[in-house]
Amino acid sequence: MSDKVVAELHEPTPSVGDGGPDMIQLLTPEGQRVSHPDYDKYVADLTADELRSFYRDLVLIRRLDAEGYALQRQGELGLWPSLLGQEAAQVGSGRALKPHDFVFPTYREHGVGFVRGMDPQSSLQLFRGVSQGGWDPAEHNFHLYTIVIGAQALHATGYAMGMRMDGNVGTGDPDRDTAVICYFGDGASSQGDVNEAFVYAASFDAPVVFFCQNNQWAISEPVEKQTRIPLFQRARGFGFPGVRVDGNDILATYAVTQHCLDEARNGNGPLLIEAYTYRMGAHTTADDPTKYRVSAEVEEWKFRDPILRLKSYLAHEGMADEAYFTSVDEEADRFAAELREGCVTMKTMPGETMWDHIYAEEHPVMEAERSAYLAYKASFEEAN
Amino acid sequence: MSRRSTMTVAKDAAVEAVTAPEVSREASREASPEEAPATVTTTYREALREAHREVLARDPRVFLMGEDVGRYGGSFAVSLGLLEEFGEERIRDTPLSESAFTGAGIGAALRGLRPIVEIMTVNFSLLALDQIMNNAATLRHMSGGQLSVPMVIRMTTGAGRQLAAQHSHSLEGWYASIPGIRVIAPATLEDARGMLGPAVEDPDPVVLFEHGSLYNLSGTLPVDPVRVDIESAAVRRAGTDITFIAYAGGLGKALAAADLLAAESISAEVIDLRVLRPLDDATIMASVTRTHRVVIVDEAWRTGSLAAEISARIVEQAFFELDAPIERVCAAEVPVPYAHHLEEAALPQAEDIAAAARRAVGAHG
Repeated sequence: MSDKVVAELHEPTPSVGDGGPDMIQLLTPEGQRVSHPDYDKYVADLTADELRSFYRDLVLIRRLDAEGYALQRQGELGLWPSLLGQEAAQVGSGRALKPHDFVFPTYREHGVGFVRGMDPQSSLQLFRGVSQGGWDPAEHNFHLYTIVIGAQALHATGYAMGMRMDGNVGTGDPDRDTAVICYFGDGASSQGDVNEAFVYAASFDAPVVFFCQNNQWAISEPVEKQTRIPLFQRARGFGFPGVRVDGNDILATYAVTQHCLDEARNGNGPLLIEAYTYRMGAHTTADDPTKYRVSAEVEEWKFRDPILRLKSYLAHEGMADEAYFTSVDEEADRFAAELREGCVTMKTMPGETMWDHIYAEEHPVMEAERSAYLAYKASFEEAN
Repeated sequence: MSRRSTMTVAKDAAVEAVTAPEVSREASREASPEEAPATVTTTYREALREAHREVLARDPRVFLMGEDVGRYGGSFAVSLGLLEEFGEERIRDTPLSESAFTGAGIGAALRGLRPIVEIMTVNFSLLALDQIMNNAATLRHMSGGQLSVPMVIRMTTGAGRQLAAQHSHSLEGWYASIPGIRVIAPATLEDARGMLGPAVEDPDPVVLFEHGSLYNLSGTLPVDPVRVDIESAAVRRAGTDITFIAYAGGLGKALAAADLLAAESISAEVIDLRVLRPLDDATIMASVTRTHRVVIVDEAWRTGSLAAEISARIVEQAFFELDAPIERVCAAEVPVPYAHHLEEAALPQAEDIAAAARRAVGAHG
């Protein structure tokens, strides 16, 4: 053959989106405060103490994530889904919630759980396999992690319908009016359940805020595979407002989420927030992103780091100094040591618990299997 | 044709109009004895409706939702009139999405409500299977017992009404294999009236199968609420030579076959399973121990069927009681035909059951 066809492999040039002109931003990647006519009011009253506590949350959950990753690599956890890069989206939205609001997370929302006051050991318990569920959802109004992609969008919608039936929406009483926030990702935006939840929530004016962390990747599928238009614009087709916020900007995320939660509590739900962010790590510890994306893209996003951006702002405004930042780092070191110690000393579940809680009451099939197992287990004790 | 079966649904609604509940619910008292309870002439459909009325009136947390349950009165007219009686909040017409109203039902149940979700047919429930199996059935266990999903998922099953291969299958055996849910299948007026109450009270998800060919089944029931369990199978006819195990749409056919055989001096015992998960092994094995021969009637496909599961259990638990191989009378392994004569041929019929019984007792005629 004269014309030899040679397949050439080109390194793809990353086209790193910047969120576009519609994206709400209050802090530039350099840490410069920019004003926004609609959202400034939500951050105007933040004190230096509160802003420093935002910074502390960001640093601690990044450390929680690093420890989760390391513990998995050491064989102490079965799996760890990393939140690296999404700290501001989680802390900003989580801090906007009131205690009586209710959260439906995915399996990546360790940061939201942390700012809700959940014991950080809880998610380690889950991924270590020493607890079913890991925590009491009623304690912090933080539901258990949903593993099935997008399924929680319908649960959140039904839960929000229940709130409306209970009369906890649009009363004007700030202690009573309640919203549900439902987290999901860009991959889930293609799921039937999420789209059906949009239809359903709209049909029943459910007080739910759909919070999509668009981290650009659904394992190996880029967001371009999920959608032709920016995800927040989809809301319009379902008949409710959608907004894109810089998910690496904690101030903007905090402001936009507050606004949307207020709307939902007042009876103007549902709403969609697209937090434009980036998954800096792997999808989970079972994933290797170097197979499908180039490091240049990751390098580009490092310049938009959510923690450095707030740190720069705090330092520039004179609200925190090097001594403060050092003290937070030292706290993170102690926090990490406690996490590791707590994790490796967790007690395992006895085998017979496998048959527990499948039904509220005893069930003949489970009972028979459990009894057979217990008899087998007892035979070793008798043999000794 | 749309999957909403407009033609057949209209036909069912027309039947409903003829047997208007106000007329047929008129109470009548037996002539004697004096203590006999007042009875009412009713249908399977009306009995289900009365059951809804009872649970809705009893517990404000109960609500019904699904496609066409409100203004239309339900695809098979089960909820006719309930919207007017209980209002839009509690009889909720929904967008056309099985997964959505099932998933939202789970969310509402997590909040402490007691949703009843109506799915038009078991075939459509496949669109909600992820919510039913991966969510409703697992949440209690995966939360270490913290979460409860007390919801009832009702759906029509079964063939025999010329609804063809996307509206007529009997997939309840698939559901019966899922840990975490209870599966019930009323075959009688009493169960149509009585099973919903305990299902709504069950702290776990309950899937309730209504057989489409039974909606017009008529008879009498006591006026007072009927109390039944959702635990056990029932012996609907006592016999000594052979046991028929049937449920839902198969029960009437098994009873008809027992009549046929009685004329030949073959005495068939008929068990109505009622509860498909958990199976009531004790009632089955007790009967097999009495009769030593079994025919299992199942309108589902034979391969991997509930009939296969029951056969296996009998072999495991009562093998030495058997005097003949277990017989199974199941649907032909084809998508359910639309043509009436082919549909009838594909389904178990009384004569098929009688023939299987004759083989089992060695009475080849």
